[in-house]
Amino acid sequence: MATIRTNRQPMDMERAHIPQGEVHVIPERCKECGFCVGYCPEQVLAFSQEINAKGYHYPVLAEHKEDACVHCGFCNLICPELAIFTVEIARQGGSGSAGSQE
Amino acid sequence: MTATSAVIARDHPNDPLLRSDRFPHILCPGCGIGTVIHCYVEAMAASGVPLDNHVCVSGIGCSGRAAGYVNVDSYHTAHGRAIPFALGIAIHKPELRVTVISGDGDLTAIGGNHFIHAARRNMNLTVVCINNFNYGMTGGQAGPTSPRGSITSTAPKGVHDRPFNLPDLARAAGASFVARWTILHVRQLRDAILRGLQKPGFSFIEALSPCPTNFGRANDLGDGMAEMEVYRQRCRIVQELPGFDELDIDFVDEERPIAVGNFVDIDRHPYQPVGADAFDNVPNGTQRVHHPVGEE
Amino acid sequence: MSDAPQREQRVLSGTHFMLGDHACAEGALAGGVDYFGGYPITPSTEIAERLARRLPAVGGKYVQMEDELGSIMSILGASAAGARSLTATSGPGFSLMMESIGLAAMMELPCVIVDVQRASPSTGLPTMVGQSDILQARWGSHGDYGMAAFSPASPQECFDLTVHALNVADQYRIPVFLMMDEVVAHMTERVVIPPADEVPLVHRKRPDHKPGAQRHLPYAVGEDGVPAMAHAGEGYKVHMTGLTHDERGYPALTPATHNALVNRLVDKVRHNAQHIMRYDEFELDDAETVVIAFGCTSRSARQAVRQARQRGAKCGLLRLVSVWPFPEQRIRELLQRGTVRRFVVPEVNLGQLRREVERLTQLPVQRINHAGGAMPTPADILEVLL
Repeated sequence: MATIRTNRQPMDMERAHIPQGEVHVIPERCKECGFCVGYCPEQVLAFSQEINAKGYHYPVLAEHKEDACVHCGFCNLICPELAIFTVEIARQGGSGSAGSQE
Repeated sequence: MTATSAVIARDHPNDPLLRSDRFPHILCPGCGIGTVIHCYVEAMAASGVPLDNHVCVSGIGCSGRAAGYVNVDSYHTAHGRAIPFALGIAIHKPELRVTVISGDGDLTAIGGNHFIHAARRNMNLTVVCINNFNYGMTGGQAGPTSPRGSITSTAPKGVHDRPFNLPDLARAAGASFVARWTILHVRQLRDAILRGLQKPGFSFIEALSPCPTNFGRANDLGDGMAEMEVYRQRCRIVQELPGFDELDIDFVDEERPIAVGNFVDIDRHPYQPVGADAFDNVPNGTQRVHHPVGEE
Repeated sequence: MSDAPQREQRVLSGTHFMLGDHACAEGALAGGVDYFGGYPITPSTEIAERLARRLPAVGGKYVQMEDELGSIMSILGASAAGARSLTATSGPGFSLMMESIGLAAMMELPCVIVDVQRASPSTGLPTMVGQSDILQARWGSHGDYGMAAFSPASPQECFDLTVHALNVADQYRIPVFLMMDEVVAHMTERVVIPPADEVPLVHRKRPDHKPGAQRHLPYAVGEDGVPAMAHAGEGYKVHMTGLTHDERGYPALTPATHNALVNRLVDKVRHNAQHIMRYDEFELDDAETVVIAFGCTSRSARQAVRQARQRGAKCGLLRLVSVWPFPEQRIRELLQRGTVRRFVVPEVNLGQLRREVERLTQLPVQRINHAGGAMPTPADILEVLL
């Protein structure tokens, strides 16, 4: 079966911008439901070693994921406690384009 | 220690939309009511309606606490009676956008009559029903949406009665917009509430939510995350309102999908109170009904 | 409620030959009602029918609700949004409203509930008279709370007291009951409606600061114990709950908060009873027998007292215009005079108000009762007075 090869790529590939997010957490609001940690599409989050005043482990950045947040906002919206959100920051190193991720 | 701390914050950007002085709220870990509140305040902010024109009304129960956490005029009313209270506000001040956030038991058991009649009238209300399949606040009793066979504190051998099928009920009663999402589908849920806020007439959004403390524990669903996994694996997004049985939710039959989606979005004439032009007002004490031509 | 021509349309100034129920509806209009939510029930239906035509024509809202549970809650919602609001019902519907009447008291939402009493319990005699909801009006919802109840004895009073009830509800932020009865509701008599500018209107106290200028505390009170009321949509971001709450309106679930709150709810009425209360006196100056009556029964009582006087019996009538607050102080004064030998309490129930009189005196309290469907006649009362 013949294979059709193309060299197509999105025309706006160079302009595509993957944002970088900075994760902010309000530890005292967290109740450790795990939604943010479990459903972060980039697996950026892990539970803290420490506990907050109510005894819950709150989200921290997982090992080697310090720069992996893409500011998609899912953790923010799914958090029932409004204990986490992300802020877009200038991407550390690289061009910030989709191509540079390859 | 391998993980690094996130930036520690004191406030959330959405705090101005909330009564953040009351946070953390009273709801349990793994409960989705906070997520629905979050989706509501984001939809509210995006609605284009000035914040001072939003009103939130709740009934009683865990979901009934929603009104207490949003920073708009908000009323935590009586069990089952959020809708008629909201109706009174919406009719007296039609410029206000009134949202009812309450639970499945509150809205469709004790308040079921108000629910269907507000839908029948196509009242300008957005009704968000947080369905956690049981009466959570009182300790996990069976409710009108508890799936058949599920274990509750008042149905220790499994719920015997057939549950309501809320989207079908809302459609049949005349709602203009009907959606069902889970709290895992946060964007869709927020957008459905936003659609509801912008659409004239009666909008109904069912938000399926874990209740790990009561329903989840009794039915071996595990914690909130475990019930979220059920949603992730079994939810099927559909565009049209599925058949009656297809809308059923069954936690026991693992093969059975859970239908979610924006099911109904139709334009129907929204409620208008009887206006001043309907009657003559003859100031001598005798009033005459103004009959349309040909009706007399 | 705003412009003068509309006010003219609302108030049908002049002399009328009018049904009691219609006079109540006209009182509602003259008293500035913006919103009526109701459910038809005999013998109150004519109030709804009249308002269904008249209220929309003057810019008000009429909504026929799905049941009385909805009726009362819709008037509370409208009240929260700033409306003067009223509903009308009879015993079975009144029973359904009870839970939410407690909510009105707790949230301090002004509202007027008209109960045209019929023979009860249950469905009873729907088209015939009763006065047996009078203790339910006082104690019907669970818990302690302040309220007021007026009982008109004529179509004229149906008009006057509806206006007064609306004023009292607004001034003290309490639920107020207009305890009509089938006889008065279905009686047609002369009703004089004053010029629009002579109808007394008292409105609820409003916040003295602009929204956003400072934090609004929905339940902060001064000496009168009545908080200023901000309405939905004004920007004050109020929160109200039926839970025990603090000044902010936030749930504050402690015995101390509860005790202070419930005492304040009761004291609003207790401390202002002299302003809310109404009664009138007939031939009481040297009376040895004091008849205490309200509503339709007071008409028979007045006639009986007149006839008894003609035959030399020293008797008089204390007619309760407000049944609640009950004129305890006035009865104590009568007792201190030393001339009173006995009380007679005729009523269309099996002795509900008699208990209230017995509570205040060691003297004999004679009852004249009918369970409902018929009221004590002047002859029935005269027999006891002679």
